[in-house]
Amino acid sequence: MLDTYREIETPEGVELHLRAAGPVARVLAFSVDLLLRGVALFVLSIGLSLIGNFGMGLFLIVVFLMEWFYPVLFEVLRNGETPGKRMFGLRVLNDNGTPVSWGPSLVRNLLRAVDFMPAFYGFGLASMLLNRDFKRLGDLAAGTIVVYQEPALRHIAIPDVPAIAPPLGLNLAEQRALITFAERSQRLTEVRSEELADLLTPLTGMHGRAGMQRLYQMANWLVGKR
Amino acid sequence: MNQHEFERQHEAYWQETEALIDSLAKRKRMDFSVAGEFPQRYRQVCQHLALARERQYTSHLIDRLNQLMLRGHQHLYGSRAGFLSPILHFIGAAFPALIRREWRLFWLAFFLFYGPLAVMGWAVYERPEMSYTLMKPAQVSQIEEMYRPDAPHIGRERGADNDVHMFGVYIWNNIRIGFQTFASGIFFGVGSIFYLLFNGLYIGAVAGHLTQVGYTSTFWPFVSAHGSFELTAIVLSGMAGLKLGFSILAPGRRTRLEALREAAKISIKIVYGVIGMLVIAAFIEAFWSASTLINPTVKYSVAGVLWSLVAMYFLLVGRGHAD
Repeated sequence: MLDTYREIETPEGVELHLRAAGPVARVLAFSVDLLLRGVALFVLSIGLSLIGNFGMGLFLIVVFLMEWFYPVLFEVLRNGETPGKRMFGLRVLNDNGTPVSWGPSLVRNLLRAVDFMPAFYGFGLASMLLNRDFKRLGDLAAGTIVVYQEPALRHIAIPDVPAIAPPLGLNLAEQRALITFAERSQRLTEVRSEELADLLTPLTGMHGRAGMQRLYQMANWLVGKR
Repeated sequence: MNQHEFERQHEAYWQETEALIDSLAKRKRMDFSVAGEFPQRYRQVCQHLALARERQYTSHLIDRLNQLMLRGHQHLYGSRAGFLSPILHFIGAAFPALIRREWRLFWLAFFLFYGPLAVMGWAVYERPEMSYTLMKPAQVSQIEEMYRPDAPHIGRERGADNDVHMFGVYIWNNIRIGFQTFASGIFFGVGSIFYLLFNGLYIGAVAGHLTQVGYTSTFWPFVSAHGSFELTAIVLSGMAGLKLGFSILAPGRRTRLEALREAAKISIKIVYGVIGMLVIAAFIEAFWSASTLINPTVKYSVAGVLWSLVAMYFLLVGRGHAD
């Protein structure tokens, strides 16, 4: 099991699986957000400088809001994703796997002020590296965790071939291995599939393409198409 | 039951549940008879997932059910309170009640701030050269410049004479100081103590110096009004930071991390209040305090009203409300 994998037990007694995101992806996401904010402020500053002192006042208010509330707004209103996090498939959740709400989001983003110290997020990075969930100080205090979004699943069909029973009883792990092999048929090149199937010549009694086909047939039998 | 059979039996149910979660996510209006099914459906999916794991079905099916369950979990357990009514409750009861409940921390922060302020103010008033222990001569003369009785706009540097501009400056600068005072408290309270002491000393020095050189007619009418909100907010942000720091120092019968998380939940509420108070303070400072047209007597009266409002708010508002 990967050590970034987190299991959270729900009240229903079923475990929820999350993958904590590490410093590299998060630093990249932060940089993208920083860049976006920079560009937005630059464009705005040009526009507002045209209306003099009044614009200057507005500009400072926007700078303030962008500095502190940009992540909060996105995290709460956009399902835990700022644009940068979205780009790198990250999102913020509460420790119990629920969507992050105003309080925790504000805590984690205000505490950026200390994560940033002494320079370039020094304390934040140190905390992330010392912590098994890659939490910076803000995450620790807020009880939040940054996880990878699960990519949307496509339905994977196993190759539809007539089912044949395996010649001998297979245990559960072996059955799963066969089915997973069939499910991966579209992601592997045919050559590689045949190569893998050759490992099971003792089971199929065949080589190459025929062996691969036979394994698909057994997989069909195992998932119950008979 | 084998996997194929299992999927065939429940596929339609999962798809319906997915669709239901989609429409919940988009906050579509729907009949209660439909939406009311959701908790039951969610628990059913949980059971399917547990079965699938137990029977060691393929990871693809398990991943799919896990995802469906995760989404369901977020809708069932995610908090979605209204927006306006919690805010009104917070202002009208919860915030002052919270400050009263944490009165020890409040008074600690209060004396950490006003103690040095009073001592430094008195010291500089008695011995003017004391102000140079804290400020450079250039800084001192810049401050004098801002409060010269013949200045066109008091309390401001030259060139920054637009109210809205200054409002922006106060928001951007003062609230940041409040946030720093709060956040640095996570280092066992040391950061908050530093900011409270430093700001106390600095403001004390400025006040003592300007009183000593005789700029009382500009300085005190300028600061007295917005000080009610601003100085109180600084004390409160220090208090919120101390709450964080002390939770790590003295966690009680919890782990330090747990204690910190619980303290953060409470102290962030204080920060909400601090933000509100600093916005009010910035507004008063930009649009009222700086005006040279208003008679000092009027300014002092308004300041008196504001200080008593702040005091009464924290002493009286929200008593008798269950939290």
